Amino acid sequence: MTDNEKQRRPLRSRPTLRELITFGVVSLALFISLAIAPAKNYFSDWRHYQKSYLSLAGQRQGGTLVRSFHTGIRQIWVPKLSVVDRCQSCHVNLDGALVGATQQPFRKHPPIPHQLDEFGCAFCHRGQGAATSVEEAHYTTEAWEQPLLPARYLESGCGQCHLGTVQGAPRLNDGRKLLATMGCVHCHNVVQPDGTQLQPDDDPPPLLHIAEKTSREWIYAWIKNPQAYAATATMPNFQLSDQDAADISAFLIAQSTPSPASRVAVKAPGNANPDLTQAATVYGSSFCASCHAVQNEAGNLVGGNFGPELTRVGSKVNADWLRRWLNNPSDYEDSTRMPHYRFDEKQIALLTGFLLNKKDNDLLANVHLAPTDADSVARGKRLVTESGCAACHKINGVTPPQNFAPDLTRVGSRALAQVVFAPGMKHNLPDYVDAKIRNPRSFGPGLKMPKFTLTDAQVDSLTTALLAQSDRAATMPKELLISGGHESNYHPGGDAGRLMEDLHCQSCHMINGKGGDMAPDLSAEGSSVQRAWLLEFLNNPNTLRPALIRRMPKFNLTQGEINTISDYILSAYQAPGLDSHTIDPKALGPDAAAHGKELFYSRFGCNACHIADYKNDKGYVGPALSGVGNRLTPAWTYKWLKDPNALRPGTLMPNFALKDDEARDLTAFLMTLKAKQGGGK
Amino acid sequence: MKRSIVTLTLAATALFAGCKHAQVQGPHPTAYGAAITEVSGSKQVAQVGATLPQPVVVQVNGGDGNPVTGALVRFRGQGLQFTPAEALSDASGQVTTNVQLGFQNGDYQIIAETWKQDGTANSLALREIALGFEQTLGRQVNDQYCIRCHDSESTPERVSNLDNLSPAPHQFSDGATLNRISDTDLLNMITRGGPALGKSPQMPGYASTLKPAEIKAVLSYMRAVADPPYQSPGVKYGK
Repeated sequence: MTDNEKQRRPLRSRPTLRELITFGVVSLALFISLAIAPAKNYFSDWRHYQKSYLSLAGQRQGGTLVRSFHTGIRQIWVPKLSVVDRCQSCHVNLDGALVGATQQPFRKHPPIPHQLDEFGCAFCHRGQGAATSVEEAHYTTEAWEQPLLPARYLESGCGQCHLGTVQGAPRLNDGRKLLATMGCVHCHNVVQPDGTQLQPDDDPPPLLHIAEKTSREWIYAWIKNPQAYAATATMPNFQLSDQDAADISAFLIAQSTPSPASRVAVKAPGNANPDLTQAATVYGSSFCASCHAVQNEAGNLVGGNFGPELTRVGSKVNADWLRRWLNNPSDYEDSTRMPHYRFDEKQIALLTGFLLNKKDNDLLANVHLAPTDADSVARGKRLVTESGCAACHKINGVTPPQNFAPDLTRVGSRALAQVVFAPGMKHNLPDYVDAKIRNPRSFGPGLKMPKFTLTDAQVDSLTTALLAQSDRAATMPKELLISGGHESNYHPGGDAGRLMEDLHCQSCHMINGKGGDMAPDLSAEGSSVQRAWLLEFLNNPNTLRPALIRRMPKFNLTQGEINTISDYILSAYQAPGLDSHTIDPKALGPDAAAHGKELFYSRFGCNACHIADYKNDKGYVGPALSGVGNRLTPAWTYKWLKDPNALRPGTLMPNFALKDDEARDLTAFLMTLKAKQGGGK
Repeated sequence: MKRSIVTLTLAATALFAGCKHAQVQGPHPTAYGAAITEVSGSKQVAQVGATLPQPVVVQVNGGDGNPVTGALVRFRGQGLQFTPAEALSDASGQVTTNVQLGFQNGDYQIIAETWKQDGTANSLALREIALGFEQTLGRQVNDQYCIRCHDSESTPERVSNLDNLSPAPHQFSDGATLNRISDTDLLNMITRGGPALGKSPQMPGYASTLKPAEIKAVLSYMRAVADPPYQSPGVKYGK
């Protein structure tokens, strides 16, 4: 073979048909595989929605709205919070540029207190922020497990940064309150992102001396079904068998020791049938109903929910115990919130008779317990220990369990892989939390969590509060967290302090950051009221607000006790920046008062809410002012009129932005109102 | 060939049976009513996504005006969930359902339908109101401040002051009056008091008490609960 021959020979022969077909198929396959990505992009959900948005905008507004629109993926990126949310790729009209679009995904986002790009979308709504298809963004798919949060739990989003009360988020606030008042946090550990551990606020009674207070039969009936005794009871139902309940009641009676109260001698009343009308008067004038509710004949609860419901109390308590309790509750239970009324023997007899008469004979009619034996007590103790009763109640010989129930600090982000669902449930976290609260024992036998009595709204609230305990919240930059207010540990000191603790003033009154919210805050009471009025008020607390049912009770204090408390209040509880020099008494003359009266009635319409003169005025919102000249100090009145919220945050009284002379003249007028309190109508 | 025909026939039968099955889902009516009326539950106000505080109860009546037992009532409404969505009327002719509101704030419409013997439907439309964040905040402010004078209901904690005032304040649900007042005027009145618009000085101004956002929220709440419903004056589109 010559070199020429070599050169003339073609490098390759003509392709065979087979080769052509193979080449065609491979090219086509290559082309299709290359085209998948652009096609997916072209037919993507977001492109479809952006096109329909543009056509809708073209029909309605056209012009700049259409011209300024840039097609493409849109995202909110907040590196600090690791937020990458592409929801706006479909929800293009969140800012409402296209007016009147009512259909999703083009609805305008309703007003919220944050910018939409401040935290992104998935922060509150959950779902998959980074996803770009409808399916993946909203629902659980194989790759993601975070579906969109149902609207009723949305407030959990707020709760990830706002750790205290949030304005405009009632469900979250209720839920957090319920965690404390239903006693959830006795057993479950819930730590907020700022390190605050939620504390219980339900005051379960210690059972150390229970045998003095009630019978074994009542304990049996109560633990079998607490709500049968009192519809408002927060004690959950442990769904105990008859035998278990009998054993527990046997143990609780057996562990009971005598209380200090048992050493107090009380006289049994001479008359076994007290005058119930007179007794009802004592019950009424002592304002027991401010804290305790009783079901009336129509089935409605009348009274407060601060203390236990008393509808069937006569079927529960022992008469001697009740007399000692009314004599001084702290003798029996030193941690009680009930004040020490200074009742005399007659009042105690009347009230005892009145309360013991509140009976339900059916409650214990069918309870017949076998006599206690050692086995029963031992079994009862084991049940009490295993059920975790001591997590809430003090019980002799049983130590409170530690970490008794699962920690709920991050329950809002619990991985579904770790969750055991009950049969037939939807596999998502909110439904799981909801079902656990609603019906904990439905998840299988042997579970310890008892069944609580909650309304649907309460379950929603609790679920909302728990969903706020998310990983996102736990890893939030600390500067974004807004902690809730913490209760101070203020206690009044000295003799007066001891007296005020005995009366449990702080059960109702907030003082220096500690106390209840049922009655006015007393932190600045000393600069507010005049001494003579305070003495008279403590002697006979005549209400300033005639329409209210809740009132300050009469504690039957001695004159010495009244002096001690008054002196303390007047010297210790002073508002800062306010003293007798705040306003010159000489400026409060009759001319000023006359002008003030005009302002009161004509200019500011104060009589809409306040009664200055019982003959003509009818306003029922604020306290009656007919005797305010004897009650308040001029300095306080002046400052109050200028800025009420500065002296009592959250007061209903609006700030009228008064000028100095207006406030002065109104003060002058108010100081002339010296009618005897409640002086006729 | 024969075999495939048999298979096809079987498949078609199965499909038909399946369709048939889908049609008879739910309870079968044992009686038919002539009219459907509301007993209770419309115009409730609740937060978005919430279950309405009270169930919705409707009643089916016959041609003679007496309640009909066993008539089928079906509930529907965009964005709403009903438990149950359909039921037969009970011994007193009534059907009760719990309603869960949807994601969006604003008005929801419940349609309750019952069927006559001839297959035509009688329907009843009921309005429910869902509050978004802004309206919820407004309701909170309302419950603290406004409600004392602007609501005729009293509770043990709060006695209504409405009857003590002259001229009497308007309730926020009083759409007939409030819908005619513009947003600007209402905001002005809340901010600067009644005299700002020549009205009673008994309405104080809240400029120094409430934040502007709170005042706006109150307005938003008033508009949400107005009855008849408030129509904002802007452009309206069919869809």
